[in-house]
Amino acid sequence: MKIGIKINGKWHENDVEPRLLLVHYLRDVASLTGTHIGCESSLCGACTVLLNGDAVKSCTVLAVQADGAEVTTIEGLARDGNLHPLQQGFWEEHGLQCGFCTPGMIMSACQLLARNPHPSRGEIREGIEGNLCRCTGYQHIVKAVEWAAEHSGK
Amino acid sequence: MIPESFEYHVPKTVDEAARMAAEFADDGKVLAGGHSLIPMMKLRLASPKHLIDLGRVEGLKYIREADGKIEIGALTTHFQAEYATLLKEKCPLLPETARAIGDVQVRNKGTIGGSLAHADPAADWPAAALALDAELKTVSTSGERWIPVSEFFVDLLTTSMNPGEILTAIRFPALPVRSGDAYAKHAHPASGFAVVGVAARVTLDEKGIVEKARVGVTGVSSKAYRASSVEAAITGKAPSSKNLDTASLHAVDGIDLNGDLYASAEYRGHLAKVYTARALALAVERAGGK
Repeated sequence: MKIGIKINGKWHENDVEPRLLLVHYLRDVASLTGTHIGCESSLCGACTVLLNGDAVKSCTVLAVQADGAEVTTIEGLARDGNLHPLQQGFWEEHGLQCGFCTPGMIMSACQLLARNPHPSRGEIREGIEGNLCRCTGYQHIVKAVEWAAEHSGK
Repeated sequence: MIPESFEYHVPKTVDEAARMAAEFADDGKVLAGGHSLIPMMKLRLASPKHLIDLGRVEGLKYIREADGKIEIGALTTHFQAEYATLLKEKCPLLPETARAIGDVQVRNKGTIGGSLAHADPAADWPAAALALDAELKTVSTSGERWIPVSEFFVDLLTTSMNPGEILTAIRFPALPVRSGDAYAKHAHPASGFAVVGVAARVTLDEKGIVEKARVGVTGVSSKAYRASSVEAAITGKAPSSKNLDTASLHAVDGIDLNGDLYASAEYRGHLAKVYTARALALAVERAGGK
């Protein structure tokens, strides 16, 4: 089936099998491997992307469901060579160790800050409840999101 | 994990969807948000030959009030239900239930209709639907009908919808005066599904006595159910914590309990009683009782 998806501002048109998952479309067809595959069962959140602005687990969305939609992945956040405040926040606050969960974590945090630009620590933890990190114990991630909230729009 | 191959159909209207559902009644499945069906297809527990995606059907995403009832379109997401002002004011059990589902990403995509039609025994919506005496609207090529929730859940992943019928809306009575709603859930720490989830709506009379109580229980058995013995035991009584606790001891009367690695049948039964008491106590407090 022919589909068109706008990924990070650029149109991609491909003929795909209806059973192709969005995460495989992003990685294997559009060659954007920043989105990671973790548990493949909509639990870990590593594959989180924004679909028309909503954070979704791309392992649980068919690429054909996203036909005509806009998708933002981790590759679409930096502007003109400058890191997005969330990316910078993860750098400044050491919000990652192995980095596997980071793209999904940042996309969920993106959703959180879009809905709530000044979240409390508790609200940050709720905002990333769908993302698992096995390294950091979350504390540095929470600080990284706080850093981004403080530095967004500056 | 990749689903088996299927043919993908994208109806634009409910009528078109109903015609497709009739044509593929034997080997087709209807897709809403996909957060129950797609995981099952990936595990190949479901392998439909035809997938009918309702995602582009107009007019199935709404929350509105009509004739003192709240009607929700089947494709309304958990997120939309969680934040709807109308629901917070008129039917607070629904946003409280929505908030208990999965996580942010799941609530963004999963739908109330998809969840109810899937009838997962550990899903959250069935408890709320039962506690509120909801009605479910289905459409097929032979017309539409409203199914009372008491007749909807048949067994594990099985509802009383016929092949070819599509769930399009759910209707709930608004919160009456002197009433309170509550959902108390013990979530599985990994999956977020309900090990036990208890939804309650309690109405007090002018003297503060329990006039009506409705209790829906999910996660405990092969299907969600109404804890009628609890309701009978508390109706007409003062909502003291002793009375609520005593009534809650009936939460699993006559129920065949599920057990698994996380929670044995015995432990689940215990949790069901504890969470029934918590849901009732919170509902009473919100109703203005003590």
